[in-house]
Amino acid sequence: MAEAAIELVGINKSFGTVHANRDINLVIERGSILGIVGENGAGKSTLMSILYGFYQADSGEIKVGGKPVSIKTPNDAIALGIGMVHQHFMLVQNFSVIENIILGAEHEALLKRSIANARSELDRLEHEYGLEVDPDAIIEELPVGLQQRVEILKALYRGAEILILDEPTGVLTPAEADHLFRILRQLKEQGKTIVLITHKLREIMAITDTVSVMRQGTVVATRKTSETTVEELAELMVGRRVLLRVEKGEANPAAVKLSVSNLTVKDSRGVTMVKDVSFDVRGGEIVGIAGVAGNGQSELIEAISGIRRAVSGSVLLDGSPIDVTGHADPGELRDRGLAHVPEDRHHVGLVLAFEESENSILGYHDKPQYLKGPFLDIESIRTDAKAKIAKFDIRPPNDRLRTANFSGGNQQKIVLAREMEQDPGVLIVGQPTRGVDVGAIEFIHKQLIAMRDSGKAVLLVSVELDEIRSLSDRILVMFDGRVVGERSPDATEGELGLLMAGVEKLEAAE
Amino acid sequence: MEFVDTLINILNSTIRVSVPLLLACLAGLYSERAGIFDIGLEGKMLAGAFAGAAAAAVYGSAWIGLGMAVLVSVALALVHGFASITHRGNQIVSGVAINFIAAGSTIILGQAWFNQGGRTPSLPPEGRFGSNTLPFAEELRGVPVIGQIYSGLLSGHSLLAYAAFLAVPFTWWVLFRTRFGLRLRAVGENPAAVDTAGISVTWLRYRAVICTGILTGLAGSYMSLSQNAGFVKDMSAGRGFIALAALIFAKWRPVPAMFACLLFGFLDAMAIRYQGIALPMIGKIPVQFMQALPYVLTVILLAGFIGKAIPPRAGGVPYVKER
Repeated sequence: MAEAAIELVGINKSFGTVHANRDINLVIERGSILGIVGENGAGKSTLMSILYGFYQADSGEIKVGGKPVSIKTPNDAIALGIGMVHQHFMLVQNFSVIENIILGAEHEALLKRSIANARSELDRLEHEYGLEVDPDAIIEELPVGLQQRVEILKALYRGAEILILDEPTGVLTPAEADHLFRILRQLKEQGKTIVLITHKLREIMAITDTVSVMRQGTVVATRKTSETTVEELAELMVGRRVLLRVEKGEANPAAVKLSVSNLTVKDSRGVTMVKDVSFDVRGGEIVGIAGVAGNGQSELIEAISGIRRAVSGSVLLDGSPIDVTGHADPGELRDRGLAHVPEDRHHVGLVLAFEESENSILGYHDKPQYLKGPFLDIESIRTDAKAKIAKFDIRPPNDRLRTANFSGGNQQKIVLAREMEQDPGVLIVGQPTRGVDVGAIEFIHKQLIAMRDSGKAVLLVSVELDEIRSLSDRILVMFDGRVVGERSPDATEGELGLLMAGVEKLEAAE
Repeated sequence: MEFVDTLINILNSTIRVSVPLLLACLAGLYSERAGIFDIGLEGKMLAGAFAGAAAAAVYGSAWIGLGMAVLVSVALALVHGFASITHRGNQIVSGVAINFIAAGSTIILGQAWFNQGGRTPSLPPEGRFGSNTLPFAEELRGVPVIGQIYSGLLSGHSLLAYAAFLAVPFTWWVLFRTRFGLRLRAVGENPAAVDTAGISVTWLRYRAVICTGILTGLAGSYMSLSQNAGFVKDMSAGRGFIALAALIFAKWRPVPAMFACLLFGFLDAMAIRYQGIALPMIGKIPVQFMQALPYVLTVILLAGFIGKAIPPRAGGVPYVKER
């Protein structure tokens, strides 16, 4: 066994009554990539924050290079060669790359020499690891992939030998994620130790040497990546067997519920994002729209659900038109049986400062069953919310809790419960499982299938190709604002991938 | 020639009335760039003015007055810091409280100590910062334009006035050329980034409010030890708020802050000079109209002409470590 870079012995940490880390023992081998997987709230991030000196453990010991150390602040961690790339980047948005990199590591009171030194050091790092980035670019003008690269450079500039990455691919496109993995492999070859925190099992299989699984604050298993499977890891994470691929019967498409013709939509900058798109969704089927993020999917569903005004085209809901180019009103559409689970639940789907019960009726709050004269009928709203909590297994089961205090997966369930329980004829779902952990994904998928089986029309937009393929009865691929092809769910990933990349040759060859 | 004289006269008083605005504006800049909104500039100026005048009256020394003004003003800044940094209180509430405390306590203490209706005794020359004549000012007075500008406009101000204008390039240098400045700007934008870089957010923000205290102390001293010969109740007369308007107007940058203060000072100087003078067609312009102009101008210009003023992103938000 290789030498241990870091050893965690008996780490405990509680926040109030929540025991976030319970007797954690973990060995991180030098020059390896360790994956830590677990559902949201399993304690992964807390553990790493303890290692980075952001929190202090209540008890336990940390050894770096075999020697017991005390890490009280991030400074101590940095001095021990530990660097961290946070899930939400710790960058100053209106600073340049170089200013962000030297922040906190300036060496002297005047900036001139520090910047000059950093420039040459950065040059060296860029060459050594293939991490090119313009040192004078302003952070907010860089794509997220590059911002993440700046975070990595920040850690390396501080002499990090051990690099912790917290959910690094959550914000990346598949291509950016692949690039990140190439960088991580290269770092490993140079002898760096890497800890990858994630809940995406495919990433674990693709890049790690060892994987530790956390559940409810404890490490439940550690495996060599080559000796385990996705199924085993999923089971360890959730504590029960998980169906990664949903089981579903044949679809029974009925009459057309939603009909989109020649729809053209511009985004807020005036760029045409949806170009002359037409399709139908029938009752009893799930139509999936695949595509790399930013190819018009978001604008498409916003236009159909009445949030964004379309330039031209028409949409029929149950045969009667929606005024998509004029004043389509999302509230009125809801009354007509069109429900919408928005892509961005934080900004569009929920009011995070509200209680769960309030969010569970948001948009439907003017329905008679929630009203007592001109006032809200709190009793019936709470009864209703409790029923949804029970049915959708929303945790913690507390309808008075502020929505911000629920995990991402449970917030998503709150939105889904709200929209599905109104029994709409058409459901438009954007990114239903973004940031949602394995156990909840399975549940959400089952619910969507159940909607389909009860004869509803479901329009699904997702950037997760796996999700599209396992749920959809028909797949439309969007590229550059157009639907470039329709495939059955049996189409191979490669074929869909080519379409998503805008390669239309296959289409022509057929 | 009379026109040039008049113009120089107006510009000269522009500079005089701009000085306390400028000092207060730069004071606000340090604090707000670090993410601590400070609506209590007014109160700190007023308390500084009173403390300066009181100490100068008792000890007969302008320098002791200045020292006292800075001390009291820094103390109030630390109160604001304690409320909003350590206890993560609401920064607006804390700032307003400081304004009230200063407005009330200066009058009560002034009456108790000096018995002159809340005023401090009139200061002797050695208790004030008088005007300083620049070298060769008298000799050059006769030279047209350049000489007039030099001796009529640039010469003859108090030490604090020169300090105020020198503080502009100095602040720029501190902000953009030093480690302290880099960290200060960073903590106002994203304190979490500063924290994870191993720098104390608390200590950094305290240092910023101390800078604010020092500068508001200077602003107060200028009012009671230089512009006037003693303290009069409510003598800051809303300058702390105009300074905030100038700060927004300048988008939190030092050099534009100077020009904004000069512009507001110019309006003030015009208002003083031309108050009560009837203009043809329009008639007499009420003095209140001129006094309101800086605010009106800020709103109009910010609404359409100079684009959006984006405050430091973490401004007004107490820093709490994320769980």
